Amino acid sequence: MSFISYLINGISLGSVYAIIALGYTMVYGIAKMLNFAHGDVIMIGAYVVMAAVTGAGLPPIAAILAAIIFCTVLGVLIETVAYGPLLNAASSLAVLITAIGVSYLLQNIALLIFGANTISFPKVLSIPAIVLAGGSLTITGEAIVTIVSCIVIMTALTLFIKKSKSGQAMLAVSEDKGAAQLMGINVNGTIALTFAIGSALAAVAGVLLCSAYPTLTPYTGAMPGIKAFVAAVFGGIGSIPGALIGGILLGVIEIFGKAYISSQMADAIVFGVLIIVLIVKPTGILGKNIQEKV
Amino acid sequence: MKFKKVVSAALIAAMAMTFMAGCGSSNSGGQASSGGQASSGGGDGTVFKIGGIGPVTGGAAVYGEAVKNGAELAVKEINEAGGINGVQIEFNYQDDENDAEKAVNAYNTLKDWNMQMLLGTVTSAPCVAVGEVAQEDNMFMLTPSGTAVDCVKYDNAFRVCFSDPMQGLESAKYIADNNLATKVAAIYDSSDVYSTGIYNAFAEEAENQNFEIVAAEAFTSESKSDFSVQLQKAKDAGAELVFLPFYYSEASLVLKQAAGMNFTPIFFGCDGMDGILAVEGFDANLANDLIFLSPFTPTSEDEVIQKFVQDFEDTYGGTPNQFAADAYDGIYAIKAAAEKAGVTADMSASDICEALKTAMTEITIDGVTAKSLTWETSGEPSKEPMVVKIANGDYAVVE
Amino acid sequence: MSGMKKMTKTTRNNLITYAMVILLFVIMQTLVSTGNVSSLLQGLLVPLCAYIILAVSLNLTVGILGELSLGHAGFMCVGAFTGAFFSKCMADAIPAAGFRYFLALLIGAAAAGICGILIGIPVLRLKGDYLAIVTLAFGEIIKNIVNILFIGRDADGFHFSTTDTRSLGLLPDGEVIVNGPQGITGTPKDSTFFISVILILITLFIVLNLIHSRSGRAIMSIRDNRIAAESVGINITKYKLMAFSISASLAGVAGVIYAHNLATLTAQPKNFGYNMSIMILVFVVLGGIGNIRGSIIAAIILTLLPELLRGLSDYRMLIYAVVLIAMMLFNWSPKAIEWRENYTAKFKRNKKEA
Repeated sequence: MSFISYLINGISLGSVYAIIALGYTMVYGIAKMLNFAHGDVIMIGAYVVMAAVTGAGLPPIAAILAAIIFCTVLGVLIETVAYGPLLNAASSLAVLITAIGVSYLLQNIALLIFGANTISFPKVLSIPAIVLAGGSLTITGEAIVTIVSCIVIMTALTLFIKKSKSGQAMLAVSEDKGAAQLMGINVNGTIALTFAIGSALAAVAGVLLCSAYPTLTPYTGAMPGIKAFVAAVFGGIGSIPGALIGGILLGVIEIFGKAYISSQMADAIVFGVLIIVLIVKPTGILGKNIQEKV
Repeated sequence: MKFKKVVSAALIAAMAMTFMAGCGSSNSGGQASSGGQASSGGGDGTVFKIGGIGPVTGGAAVYGEAVKNGAELAVKEINEAGGINGVQIEFNYQDDENDAEKAVNAYNTLKDWNMQMLLGTVTSAPCVAVGEVAQEDNMFMLTPSGTAVDCVKYDNAFRVCFSDPMQGLESAKYIADNNLATKVAAIYDSSDVYSTGIYNAFAEEAENQNFEIVAAEAFTSESKSDFSVQLQKAKDAGAELVFLPFYYSEASLVLKQAAGMNFTPIFFGCDGMDGILAVEGFDANLANDLIFLSPFTPTSEDEVIQKFVQDFEDTYGGTPNQFAADAYDGIYAIKAAAEKAGVTADMSASDICEALKTAMTEITIDGVTAKSLTWETSGEPSKEPMVVKIANGDYAVVE
Repeated sequence: MSGMKKMTKTTRNNLITYAMVILLFVIMQTLVSTGNVSSLLQGLLVPLCAYIILAVSLNLTVGILGELSLGHAGFMCVGAFTGAFFSKCMADAIPAAGFRYFLALLIGAAAAGICGILIGIPVLRLKGDYLAIVTLAFGEIIKNIVNILFIGRDADGFHFSTTDTRSLGLLPDGEVIVNGPQGITGTPKDSTFFISVILILITLFIVLNLIHSRSGRAIMSIRDNRIAAESVGINITKYKLMAFSISASLAGVAGVIYAHNLATLTAQPKNFGYNMSIMILVFVVLGGIGNIRGSIIAAIILTLLPELLRGLSDYRMLIYAVVLIAMMLFNWSPKAIEWRENYTAKFKRNKKEA
């Protein structure tokens, strides 16, 4: 019985990683950059919801919408000011480092505005938990919402990229920036759109993360951000279904590692499995194998 | 390329200049009285310069911030009441980001500022590093909340809080003496000095007591949002009591997740648990029946505590926690010791340290973390922990 | 002057780098001995040297080998813990601090280098961001393992445990040397500014000579075109591993310096986690990928900057972040580079006209 309970916990933890990983993988697929500040946009999104619900007294849905809009604007702003000028720089590392700078910046802005105190995130999702097997198994409402939203977002994103014009433009930009430009695609606009979507996803992820684990500090986003980055690579970075699979697997491995091997070694186990997977399959579970041309 | 070189050269030069400037006059921190610093209101020799070190950025910022507020409140009160023997106090609080190396940097910054006494550092590992340097300089240091044994290794160092082993020991004894449980589970942060320090002492004492540790599960600073496994294991092992030697931020998650899985043992914490009810938006009902050892309860009827809590709320908004209380007492202890030893503001840090070393063991202060607080030469405070139980969403002292 | 001209451009460039380090050392040493340096800067000298070595050694992996590593702090951690462990054990057996420190440095470097080889063999088959994430993973694993390691010593010899100090089963006279997350306390404070600067010079000597040697050119050819390098018969694995393990063992040296400068050594996310690895990467990228002198300058600027900003109290780290972003934009953005070049050209023209 405890096995199933661990499995459920693993999946709910993994779905949180997955939803963050979606944002990572989106941006990576198109702009080819690791957006280290993604975790901190999540944190900002969570603070906006918190402020809107407890400060302005908005209903949860309105607060979440406000956070999505705020994060979208923030994402585009970051892209324009900090990343945009560097996307054509001589090394792709330049923009990575700037992303780290942005991450510090967001953390410290939040620290100045909201202070260092731990805040218990308000309950914005009121879905009852499912109790099975006479109370020995519970699936929390937050877990259900996270998994469902994860699948919905993944499907919507896949459809958007496959069916819509802007989605096709994104695909084209991710394949070959130069050729896309020649075909009349607005490359900068497309990249900005990607950041907008990625940041909107971050806002949603912020709500789900903080609903599942309701503490909020200016550093809340950092660790899940890194874990989600690992998850995205696990599943094959750039692949949208890969993010989902990578996230869920990471969550399950983390919980099982803690449960059956050693709770002290949890991190080492997670990262150890990641290394083994990557050695066996060097581009992640669903990653494309890049053929090298001679 | 050339332009870039010029810019970086200029940057380095500018930095170097800033380090040189303002220290030409101070030479070394030892001679606090000689150099004159125009900026420090009144200059040297007319004020006591007390330094403080703690994290105000980074993951541990919440504790450093509390200490800063508590200490500043005490300094303000003392200054308004005429200072130490009529001499005003100046307080300078530096960030250490909860990192040993940054803490030593902060200490050196304070030395450049001509600090005479140190209230710090807030967290254990930086405290040990700073302790080593402070001992070389013979600088008096009083840590409000550095719980590790080595924090007060040298005779110039004292602390306001309990030590880790003492908390682990007392917790185990209390559980056994009151027959709270026979099967106990422990969850601790295996990447944290404070948490493992308490857990080890607890586990050691548990062998001599009438209860058994049926599950000892760890978590790390990298994975501290999901506690379902640790709780599940405690539940499966039939634990009647779960010992939680860590801070309230994580504990609030543990309590919520335990409630989510209908696991309702007795939860037992340490002084880091104090402040859990002050977490904004936390459902206090989750913490009902939580027991923890604490030196401080904001709801106490005691007059001194009531005044402190009131003043703190007026100044900073929000209830003070044990960190703020320890810092508040720390500043008053420094004041009492300085008055007892009759130190004057023009003395060097080393001379003050020599005088305070003995004075600290002779003073008794009526603090907010203990009635008649005294110190031993080992640097440990002699005070009894209070057992606090949360009932109806509020702290209540047991016994 | 004619002698200078005869030298190749690279030799001159290398000499400038050495001269810069020596000059900085002489200036600082003079200022310290005349008592003109603030305690803060004096305390920063040794850590600065450690960071410079870290930046230079990572530049070997990132700039010369062309692989992104996010686990450099892990090697530093290995060096720090083995070095400190040795010094703590041998504090009584080898009273001569200088000799003991020398051995500690060798052991730290060797341990980190061996780790580099062990990790490098499987990892270097991966490419780009996948390699980055695996190095990050190794760094975290090392930190995690160090945090659960308990080592004690008594009359019977060494005892190991991964749970707690009690399970070591020490005799009453035994002492705990590595105490899990509390790490190692009481490491002798053997690091001095002078030795650290010597170590920087040795690091520079190793790295610069490697770059300009036959092996170095082989390594750079792998970076520029792996397939072409392979087709002319360069042993890819050997050279990759060579660069990676040298880089790791130099990081180990930096770790030993770090450990022997503080009384307490704990493996926290702040000092040995990915945060630190990223910080070192920031030094490398800001200073210019592949540019050794740039790494030194960037390490100095970025270590001093947060300390200088202490006066801003609450806004310190905020300003630091803004400055970091601004410096990156200034250094790397194609537009800023173009503007800078125009400006320098104009400046030169004006000079000629005048």
